[in-house]
Amino acid sequence: MKSFEYTITDPVGIHARPAGILVREVKKYASTVTVIKGGKSVNALKLMALMGMGIKQGDTVEVTVEGADEDTAAAAIEEFFKANL
Amino acid sequence: MISVQGKGVSGGVAIGPLYCYQRAKSTIRRYEVEDVDAEWDRFKAAQTKAIEQLGELAEKAREEAGDEAALLFETHQMMAEDMEYEEAIQTAIRDKKLNAEAAVTDTAAQFAARFAAMEDAYFQARAADVKDVSDRIISALTGVVRGGIDSPVPVILAADDLSPSETVQLDKSRILGFVTEGGSDSGHTAILARTMGIPAIIGVGDQLKPEYEGREVIIDGSTGNVVIDADEDARSCLLRKMEEQKKMRELLEQLKGQPNETKDGQSIRVYCNIGSPDDVPAVLANDAGGVGLFRSEFLYLNCDDYPTEDYQFEAYKKALSDMGGKEVVIRTLDIGADKQIGYFDLPKEENPAMGNRALRICLNRPEIFHTQLRALFRASAFGKLGIMFPMVTSVWEVKEARKMCERVKEELTKEGIPFSDHVEIGIMIETPAAVLMSDRLAKEVDFFSCGTNDLTQYMLACDRQNADLGRFYNPHHPAVLRALKMVCDNAHRNGIWVGICGELGVDLSLTETFLAIGIDELSVSPHSVLPLRQKIRETTIFDVKQKILEDLLSDENTI
Repeated sequence: MKSFEYTITDPVGIHARPAGILVREVKKYASTVTVIKGGKSVNALKLMALMGMGIKQGDTVEVTVEGADEDTAAAAIEEFFKANL
Repeated sequence: MISVQGKGVSGGVAIGPLYCYQRAKSTIRRYEVEDVDAEWDRFKAAQTKAIEQLGELAEKAREEAGDEAALLFETHQMMAEDMEYEEAIQTAIRDKKLNAEAAVTDTAAQFAARFAAMEDAYFQARAADVKDVSDRIISALTGVVRGGIDSPVPVILAADDLSPSETVQLDKSRILGFVTEGGSDSGHTAILARTMGIPAIIGVGDQLKPEYEGREVIIDGSTGNVVIDADEDARSCLLRKMEEQKKMRELLEQLKGQPNETKDGQSIRVYCNIGSPDDVPAVLANDAGGVGLFRSEFLYLNCDDYPTEDYQFEAYKKALSDMGGKEVVIRTLDIGADKQIGYFDLPKEENPAMGNRALRICLNRPEIFHTQLRALFRASAFGKLGIMFPMVTSVWEVKEARKMCERVKEELTKEGIPFSDHVEIGIMIETPAAVLMSDRLAKEVDFFSCGTNDLTQYMLACDRQNADLGRFYNPHHPAVLRALKMVCDNAHRNGIWVGICGELGVDLSLTETFLAIGIDELSVSPHSVLPLRQKIRETTIFDVKQKILEDLLSDENTI
């Protein structure tokens, strides 16, 4: 399992649009991607659950990636967070 | 004449007949199904159809309003096929043997309630998206087509609330403006109306009666006013405003996105003065670069007691996040003199203009200042914040205020509350003392902002509220202009920027002077941004700079 931490810089947080693009990105990989904040964890394929976490600017989330392609997936998804969130 | 007040969320004036939106009401039947597999297939077919429709709407929105509007429908597509949403519907069909329509309705209610319960207004508004997506799937299941406009002429459309897909499906060529009973500022109807440049007013409640349908109505999106059967005076006044706005819009189209740059390439930032977060849409609509003065007094004037840290934090955060990363300079409490607040219990003064006011109150009553600074630094995590202290005369005052900032930052760090490390701290230059000490003060701060109203009053020892002193109160007085030049030179010598946030900033007869002395920023009311930009872009500063600077020091200058 791979994991990384990221602090959200997008002023509105993980709102509808970035959450949608995140789901699309995660779908590309076989690994299970989980977003964790304050003890709550959500499968990153679940758009509405992701939005339901109400992740805001300044919040730090932990992201775990587990599966056959976890090395490539974790690197790509971390890049994605940096570029979009 | 009937006048109704709502909240304007998209500017502009429109006139036309009122039309009430007809929504095809489908009552959802609820029954137990025998063949759950067949019911699941019915759902999947309706879901696929809804996703296709959303794809078409996304394309339509892209053509009409651009990529941002299209993304909304693409997000709706993803919501329609969301794993968890689909699973909940599947459970309702398979385990409870519910028909697909009822399963979707129940699941929608459950998900919408989750969003509605969230703290943040943005996420709360997403409850409407869930319902919208679900309604679309239900329409596909029942085959009921959604309502539209059945009118030969363009109308002002009234509705209880419009969902984003309803808004985009409407034939725009027949809509002059929107009025809705409910709705929110960050709702998609408001956002789309703004993008499409149609006036919209929300939250009129039940004031708009169905019997008004067909009567002439004028709506003013900038004030939120709806007038039915306007009398001659109101009518001509609003029509004149419509004409002005049309001209303004043309100017905006020409000037939007253009730099505030003279013909020979000198640029100056044009920001806005605002009094509450509600003014932010106007700032963005007029294409200003940021907020140069956010007067925080409204928070204190709106309350019967000292506003709490959380209350202030929400207001600052809203302004910062709505500005989307553009700079917002918030001025700390500036009361006293002509602005008095009862619960402050300030003793009556003989000479209030020279009295206990602004930063002086804050330093004398640190608990009030402390609360405001905590709210400000907490909000700094949500955008680009500048903090500015009013009514400074001495270096020690700035040092003391900055010490308070450091204390607040230490507290927040200890409490684990995030704040930005890049908050700019500045001061207002309003007093002759601050002008003469500007070389020293510049070493203590990140920027200066000249409040020319008070600066003129103090430089000329002339009460700006005394009507008899009109000809003595002259903001063009060389003493004022020389003061500005001195401040500007001292700022630049110390590598900090300097702006003007008083009335003088909009005085187009002085724009060349400001450019000549090197002012970096002018902060003006939102509607003045574009006329000012136009003036700057018509100027060739090289031709006039020398003469302006000589005139400032000239013996001939005997005003």
